Amino acid sequence: MDLLPFFQWCYSTPIGEGIRNSTWLFPVIEAFHLLGLGLTAGAVLMVDLRLLGVGLRKQPVAQLWANTQPWLLGSVTLMFASGIPLFLSESIKCLYSFAFWVKMTSLLLVLIFTFTFLRRVTQMELTSDRPRLGRVTAIVSLVLWFGVAWGGRWIGFS
Amino acid sequence: MSFLAFFEQLSESPWSVALHESQIAYSIIESFHVWSLCLFFGMTVMFDLRLLGWTMRKVPVSEVIRRLQPWTIAGFVLMVISGTLLFYAIPLRSYQNLFFRTKMLLMLVAGLNVFIFHSRVFPGVAKWDADARPPKAARIAGALSLALWIGIIFSGRMIAYNWFDCDRQPQPWIINFLTSCVPTE
Repeated sequence: MDLLPFFQWCYSTPIGEGIRNSTWLFPVIEAFHLLGLGLTAGAVLMVDLRLLGVGLRKQPVAQLWANTQPWLLGSVTLMFASGIPLFLSESIKCLYSFAFWVKMTSLLLVLIFTFTFLRRVTQMELTSDRPRLGRVTAIVSLVLWFGVAWGGRWIGFS
Repeated sequence: MSFLAFFEQLSESPWSVALHESQIAYSIIESFHVWSLCLFFGMTVMFDLRLLGWTMRKVPVSEVIRRLQPWTIAGFVLMVISGTLLFYAIPLRSYQNLFFRTKMLLMLVAGLNVFIFHSRVFPGVAKWDADARPPKAARIAGALSLALWIGIIFSGRMIAYNWFDCDRQPQPWIINFLTSCVPTE
């Protein structure tokens, strides 16, 4: 499948062009993207650290999941709302960037993993403070999120 | 010796030049800075939101602080180490950068906020530990911290841009004043 025409179309959208023609739009949108990243990390870490038995380990996992979910959804929305315009402004560069594809693959996997498997694990009545299933789940989630963060940072260096 | 002269000298030291010129080392340190930001800012935001009564309302505030503080401190230490190295790679330009100065000022205020919270507000936590919505003083501390760190991230991100740099003249006098810049012409 040839993706070039689609990426070229993205590049030529008014939003992409507007961002490229402005000195300050890209940096400001990027700063919002960074804020979203930090907030996402906070919400993710609350649940993952708990599953690893090193966070708020006295609290039920299901409760922490429920408490942080609105913030996770909100921050992921902010990430998309800021990330898509950034992508439109430099989509052709992204097409040829290894880091971009690492990021998108990890992102897709981690979103599916979080809202299917991880969510199921948080709803189980886990008996011990640090059950093995929980630990493995948290590690997979952290590794995938790190793939997103690694790819994201390195798109800028390519 | 003035700060300016000191940072000028620092920017000519061999290690600073090497770090500045090594694209791979600089990129890796910068990535570390962003990743430790996730840890530090993530923890700080969750705690601030708890102080505001906007999340984890059933978890006692003292438990949140006790369990999250080691992670917050670890994240902060990593940020300071990587941040110092980033500064060391470009000392003079950073020192005269408007956003760098804004960031340092905001960090000072954020530190003051933490100090006041721990010395004045937190000692009385026993009275409101389990409250879903902590008292006003705690909520203000949380809101201030949140606002300050958002400002710090914004100005930190903008350090990379040279819009107000000393070598880009003419600038309005106020900018040159704020960046201690004396244009050569």
